Amino acid sequence: MISLTPAEIEALLLSLRISGVAVICALPFAIITATALALGRFPGRFILDALVHLPLILPPVVMGYLLLIVMGTRAPLGAWLYETFDIRFVFSWTGAALASAIVSFPFQVRAIRLSLENVNLGLYQAAETLGAGPIDRFFSLTLPMALPGIIAGAITAFAASLGEFGAIITFVSNIPGETRTLPLAIYTAIQTPGGELAAARLAALSIGLAFTGLLLSELALRRIRKRATS
Amino acid sequence: MSIGVNLQHDLKSFRISAEFNIAEPGITALFGPSGSGKTTLVNMIAGLMRPDQGHIQINDHVLFDGARGINVPVRQRRVGCVFQDNRLFPHMTVRDNLFYGARRNPHKLPEDEQQAVLEMLGIAPLLDRRPNLLSGGEKQRVTLGRALLANPDMLLLDEPLSALDHPRKQEILPYLEWLRDHRSIPILYVTHAIDEVARLADHMVVIDQGKTLASGSVFDMLGRTDLPPLAGRFDAGTVLRARIVSRDPKAEVSFLECGGQRLVVPYLGRPKNPVIRLHVRARDVMIARTPPHDISANNIIPVTITKISDEPGDAIDVTMCFGQDADAALLADTSGRPKIHARITKWSGSRLKLHLHQKVFAVIKSVTVNGQLRDQ
Repeated sequence: MISLTPAEIEALLLSLRISGVAVICALPFAIITATALALGRFPGRFILDALVHLPLILPPVVMGYLLLIVMGTRAPLGAWLYETFDIRFVFSWTGAALASAIVSFPFQVRAIRLSLENVNLGLYQAAETLGAGPIDRFFSLTLPMALPGIIAGAITAFAASLGEFGAIITFVSNIPGETRTLPLAIYTAIQTPGGELAAARLAALSIGLAFTGLLLSELALRRIRKRATS
Repeated sequence: MSIGVNLQHDLKSFRISAEFNIAEPGITALFGPSGSGKTTLVNMIAGLMRPDQGHIQINDHVLFDGARGINVPVRQRRVGCVFQDNRLFPHMTVRDNLFYGARRNPHKLPEDEQQAVLEMLGIAPLLDRRPNLLSGGEKQRVTLGRALLANPDMLLLDEPLSALDHPRKQEILPYLEWLRDHRSIPILYVTHAIDEVARLADHMVVIDQGKTLASGSVFDMLGRTDLPPLAGRFDAGTVLRARIVSRDPKAEVSFLECGGQRLVVPYLGRPKNPVIRLHVRARDVMIARTPPHDISANNIIPVTITKISDEPGDAIDVTMCFGQDADAALLADTSGRPKIHARITKWSGSRLKLHLHQKVFAVIKSVTVNGQLRDQ
């Protein structure tokens, strides 16, 4: 049995916390964006689509750099948040969560959107004739129909943000116990003379986590499909 | 009970100009060929589409008035809809689908009436299933139930049978008949199938190219050959109301009474209600100047010609009313005597020297009579 050092356990727990917070905070925005993209017809839909997918193709380092420019304590938005709400992203685990949320956002949106893409818009008309208003329709139709996508998207996004490196290290640096997540810990171990074994252990841990995440996502989807056809 | 519709709306290809009133409960067929604007009209009545101008009213409840700027939102219109595609919510059980509207409606159907609807539709065994496990006919029954349980002021059925195969249609028709005969809700039934009109409808509105051409009782309307959607159609003809009088011992034919005449048709069973509807296609009716003998056709009806409509093409439509007495022709339109239509070639017409008020015989083969049509 491989035993983990306290620093490694710290990195693992930090990674889980950052990814968890990132996914949960991004979820409502992902649902709204996916619904708009899948069911809405509005000008600028194409641009929103491109914006959402940008983090997928943009180098993560660029993402981190942009965040630094916008959210740094001396940047307009970052300064305002810091002065008004005492929220500071730079050099903090919350900043790592923000970076993870943005980078894994497309995964959530894509999965939710996929589950809504084939929805017959006539269902909404039918619900309307039966007396359901727009908010009612969102909660009684959109949300339950998107549920498989929401779960799959959340798990995939969680697994993806566990692996985020570039945006985090650029935006919030590599601070042990604060922003040093698993990938950053692996990087640090490789850079340290004699750290090969530690790097291997952490890498194995990452692989295990990723695999478990995918497995869970598959299981959840199966359960939902089974429930839908029983 | 009254529904008034008067709408104008410009579409890309043509202009919708519809005007009709429904004064009684029962089924009113909105009949017209595909692409004649039926579904557009239905969407405007349901509120899913806003007409350019006009007026829609159910009883004294104004749903739309372009001039006064009234446009009641869809969900407050209390118009129940059944669409061609069933539009059941896939993530809900049949039960949740059925009560979706009822749960959102402050004017609920009383509990015992809810039960009556469920019982009539025979969907109690399906309640815990999901829609994707239902057959096409079952889905349409659930959709019908869902609309009814919401307790609407009016039902819109937009070609509810068109997506079903023939046996499924036969499965649904009795439910629609039950609805017509046992619920006092007015129903607008959109279709392009004459047999559905003949079997189900009490009234009929004919629409073509977005324009409502005429409306009236089914018995009058189906015989009108001057309306483009009906004229020259294979199944254009007459709907007759008849009473089953007796049947032969071996139950191979039924004897009916219609307008004082005896009719022989293929065996119809022993329905509870002996008053039935017959649909006789104009092309299945022959005309003879003298009563033919030694002929296989069972029905030779003395009639008087009341109208000969000369149309472009090789055929003419001859309208005849039952009876050959001196007053027959004069009283034809007012006496409520049954009329029958024959579609024959122009050549036959001139060979027989047919003319107005002539006393002739309508000859109808029993097997051509579509007598599966039960009525109130």
